[in-house]
Amino acid sequence: MIRFDSVAKAFKRVRVLDGINLEIGLGERVALIGSNGAGKTTLIRCLLGEYTHDGSVTIEGRSPRRERTTVLGDIGFVPQLPPPLKMPVGQLIGFAAAVCGTDPKRIIDLAGRLGLDSAPVMDRQFVRLSGGMKQKLLIAMALGRSARVLVMDEPAANLDPEARKMFFELLAERAESATMLISSHRLNEVSSLVNRVIELDMGKVVLDDRVADDMSLAGLLACRISVKRPEPAFAKALGSWNFADLGDGLEWQGTVAGPDRLRFLGMTSRYVALISNISMTEIGH
Amino acid sequence: MKQLWLTAKLDIVESLRARWFLIYSLVFGGIVAMLFLFGLTESRVLGFIGLSRLLVTYIQLTMAILPIFVLITTVRSVAGDREAGVFEYLLSLPVSLAAWFWGKIVGRYLVIFLPVFAAMVAAVLIALVRGIEVPWNIFGYYTALLAAMAACFLGFGMLISAVARSTDMAQGAAFLVWLTLLLFLDLILLGVMIQEKIRPEVAVGIALVNPLQVFRTAALALFDPQLIVLGPSAYVILDTFGAAGYMAFAVTYPTLLGFAAAGLGYWLFRRGDLP
Repeated sequence: MIRFDSVAKAFKRVRVLDGINLEIGLGERVALIGSNGAGKTTLIRCLLGEYTHDGSVTIEGRSPRRERTTVLGDIGFVPQLPPPLKMPVGQLIGFAAAVCGTDPKRIIDLAGRLGLDSAPVMDRQFVRLSGGMKQKLLIAMALGRSARVLVMDEPAANLDPEARKMFFELLAERAESATMLISSHRLNEVSSLVNRVIELDMGKVVLDDRVADDMSLAGLLACRISVKRPEPAFAKALGSWNFADLGDGLEWQGTVAGPDRLRFLGMTSRYVALISNISMTEIGH
Repeated sequence: MKQLWLTAKLDIVESLRARWFLIYSLVFGGIVAMLFLFGLTESRVLGFIGLSRLLVTYIQLTMAILPIFVLITTVRSVAGDREAGVFEYLLSLPVSLAAWFWGKIVGRYLVIFLPVFAAMVAAVLIALVRGIEVPWNIFGYYTALLAAMAACFLGFGMLISAVARSTDMAQGAAFLVWLTLLLFLDLILLGVMIQEKIRPEVAVGIALVNPLQVFRTAALALFDPQLIVLGPSAYVILDTFGAAGYMAFAVTYPTLLGFAAAGLGYWLFRRGDLP
């Protein structure tokens, strides 16, 4: 479906992409990883038809550069850094919906599912929203249309656990019908979301691997944690994951989204000396 | 067409919230207010009094301020948007590049022309309320000159924005363009004439390539139809164009120049890297 054929790009003689050959099929969820300067953003911009380059990039045989409106109508994009737009949120939603041929209500509903109540912020400048609110809105605008390719640059970085859980659910709903390209400079941030990993280094593909795909995007884990003594910092951290205190801060219970398990364990690892017991059980969707 | 208007609307909304627009509107509104405040309508110059006197002064001040204002604000916001990632996001949406580029120009044109025009309309309204006679021919022609001036320098601004890859470079280039046009008004042109001993027709021809000179001469022509203040140059201009012909030239040429610059900017924009 997506095809990169000998794609090369240089800026002032510095070769940023060096002969990239890739084929990505429908339904694949690809992690695009690599250190800063590896070429991830440049590759994404070539895919979006924003950069000129050697070689060819096609989506279902069409060039995103020459057939912009047709090809980009099928791509939902979430940038890593939200653009500093001064326009009101309502105006931005209206513009995105109009050019993408979707209903603004669909975007507003999706933002709502991610925990962003759009009504009070419709007249607020987009740039004045918090980082998390901007991210939710950008995700809602990317998913709130019939995009068959989702290109996301660190999409969950600014989301709280609850919003991430909902974000994974939204991705699960699109898993069969869309191809996803998720960029990150750390694999552990996105590993649980994908079934293929492509690593770039110095503009070349240095790893292209399929990964075990037995974790549902919408899966949930019931989790119970016992601690040796009450610890305010740990209580606060668990509170942000919506865990319930079962008694005096010693017993905690909650659910964790399947794809978020690594991140959750990363958080608990900081308090490993405090934890006396931890259990995580898959409970389905 | 729908995408073009959507982009124009987007640019208007963005501009209305930008600080430069507030300053821009205050400057031109302020000029008119100051001119009234200092009783310019009661003073007399070359037989001009009342609102004609005010409009003549207003157009002279606008000619000094508008070009650099339009150039700097256009390149700052367009190149700034590109640097800040606005282009990366908005151009990932399915908008055609033509709709995006020309929509931006339409939106920006309205935003830069309307405050200047509104200040002139305000002057006319105040004059009507005070019972001062309104010179409609001057008002109409100056409106056309302002529209041409805005189109010309917006075109230059968009061309510079398409070429420059950073805000600093774009601002530097815009300033350089303005400075070159300004110096060619007199200093460089005089130098060239003295050094090369060129024919007056050639010198006047070079001067009239410069849109700033075209506007200055056109503004003079309204209250000095024989262009006496220009000395011998007046003969060349009036012999070549005639009085009415020159007035038409002064509106048409800068507008076409602006369109040509914008067209070149679009050509460069669509064949290069977008963000």
